[in-house]
Amino acid sequence: MASETEISYGDIAGRAAQYDKDELRGEEMVLNMGPSHPATHGVLRLKLKLDGDIISGCDPVIGYLHRGDEKLAENMTYNQFVPYTDRLDYLAPLANNVAYAIAVERLAGIDVPERCKAIRIICCELARISSHLLGLGVYGMDTGALTTFMYTFTEREKLYTLFEELTGARFTTSYTRIGGLTRDMPDGWMGRVNHFCNQLIPVVDELDKLLTRNRIFMDRTRDIGIISKEDALAWGLTGANLRASGHDLDIRKAQPYCGYENYDFDVPIGSAGDCYDRYLVRMEELRQSIRIVQQAIAKMPDGLWYNDEAKKIFKPQKDKVLTSMEELIQNFMIVTEGPQIPAGEVYFEAENPKGVLAFFIHSKGGGVPYRLKIRGPSFCSLSILEHLCPGHMMSDVPVILGSLDFVMGECDR
Amino acid sequence: MESALVEELIKKFEGSTQRESLDIPAANVPADLLLSVAEWLRNEQGFDLLMDVTAIDWSEDVSPRFTGIYHFASSTKHNYIRIAADCEDDVEPELPTLAKLYPAANWHERETYDLLGIRYKGHPDLRRILMWDDYPYFPLRKEFPLAGIETEFPAADVAEAAGGAKVIPAPMMGGPFHAPQTGAMSKREPRAADQSWNEEKPKPNND
Repeated sequence: MASETEISYGDIAGRAAQYDKDELRGEEMVLNMGPSHPATHGVLRLKLKLDGDIISGCDPVIGYLHRGDEKLAENMTYNQFVPYTDRLDYLAPLANNVAYAIAVERLAGIDVPERCKAIRIICCELARISSHLLGLGVYGMDTGALTTFMYTFTEREKLYTLFEELTGARFTTSYTRIGGLTRDMPDGWMGRVNHFCNQLIPVVDELDKLLTRNRIFMDRTRDIGIISKEDALAWGLTGANLRASGHDLDIRKAQPYCGYENYDFDVPIGSAGDCYDRYLVRMEELRQSIRIVQQAIAKMPDGLWYNDEAKKIFKPQKDKVLTSMEELIQNFMIVTEGPQIPAGEVYFEAENPKGVLAFFIHSKGGGVPYRLKIRGPSFCSLSILEHLCPGHMMSDVPVILGSLDFVMGECDR
Repeated sequence: MESALVEELIKKFEGSTQRESLDIPAANVPADLLLSVAEWLRNEQGFDLLMDVTAIDWSEDVSPRFTGIYHFASSTKHNYIRIAADCEDDVEPELPTLAKLYPAANWHERETYDLLGIRYKGHPDLRRILMWDDYPYFPLRKEFPLAGIETEFPAADVAEAAGGAKVIPAPMMGGPFHAPQTGAMSKREPRAADQSWNEEKPKPNND
């Protein structure tokens, strides 16, 4: 009869320190992981220095998806840039659209009606659900649990059908405009979203059962990639990654925008800051997002879905353009010269699925931004790898990467 | 925007001024005081998060040409401040690094160096981050054309395999189109802001 032995996975960093003193230490080997590797979730390349199976150095190489979005922004009007925001965090394009629109609206000093805000909140939270479903699904795959991916992708497919109905596109939604949206919700769409949310709850529970108490999953993620609260703040981590380290910072609560202060939801906080906690935080955020969407549907206000006083900013409606001279001229000016935004500087932060997405815009007036800087949360999440990876095993790297839940589109911009 | 914090900062650090802002408190500080301002913000005012580091290029004929922009946030008090510092040298702009105070600054400063060419004094690892290592230009500077400039391939072996081909400017015939807001009406048709090659100007030879 086999005797029970306890296997401890803790204190890998401590063991790595021992190896430093060890005279038997072998030659270091440099291993390139990526830019094309399934575990790097995109075109991330890691130059890993390996001592046997233990990592002694990590140098992330990014920029393979650099498209120069900030340069492009300086050369086009505010509305023309909306499609480029889809391609930042391409797993949650709707949330990026909303963040960008609010940033420019702050600059212009305009507000949007309540109905528009409520639709935007549904958009943001559905984007969060979509992004977390993908994040958790592929995280399961990274740790060897292939089944979760099938569950989450089935749900994402339903979400894409809803996005298509709302915006006309599955992936690249470009749904917001400065001062409003491209269109109102289609008839019956809210009912279908509600139905989706209701049937998602048992699926999330099932996902929970598949992973949360899964012995293999726990062994692979607990005590791996521990980020202390201090480190998380020092490296500028935000979103679920920061909250998993035990720091309560959610922009939706701290600096409410878009009417988030009127919704009732909880912010899950981790305690250990390891890969397992980051997973747990995302799992709970999924449930909270469903709550927010259902509240927004329950109290969806009537009224306009765009700001009709922002004459030089939001394009007039088509029926007016075709029948009235003034609206025709307005339409022409907004399309050719861009929405007229006053001079000034704003910095707007939004709580996106991956963390805090921020836009810093410097305007000299007119239809084109003078300087637009995008702060991508994934950029900061990846910068901690240099500090986090050394001391871990090579096989922990996919788990750490999966738990940070980054996307290269907004890292490289 | 008026703020007690900015007033205190101006009193404490000579040469700093209030900065125009539409949202959060903002201040201009001299470049050589930047590090002590950041230290003060971090240690005494509780700004424990460096959210963003960037810079603005005011174009070639303006002096000072570059302004570094920093956004600090407090994760507990939930307030923000924007600090701006002008670079003294217009040709070889330089700012002190904040990487020792905030490790987050490391990559942000590398990015600003990569795209705008601002050198951060004392930075532990000032390499390009988004563009490749030997890239000769700073693409976010205002004089750099949107379409790009012809350059060598990043890797010599790739260039050889491609038969000496080069990285060429992008076609701009497709836009982005918008009308300039100044100048004669006849010139104000919507047109691509930058035209590197089009029907009249042929595509650069890339054989």
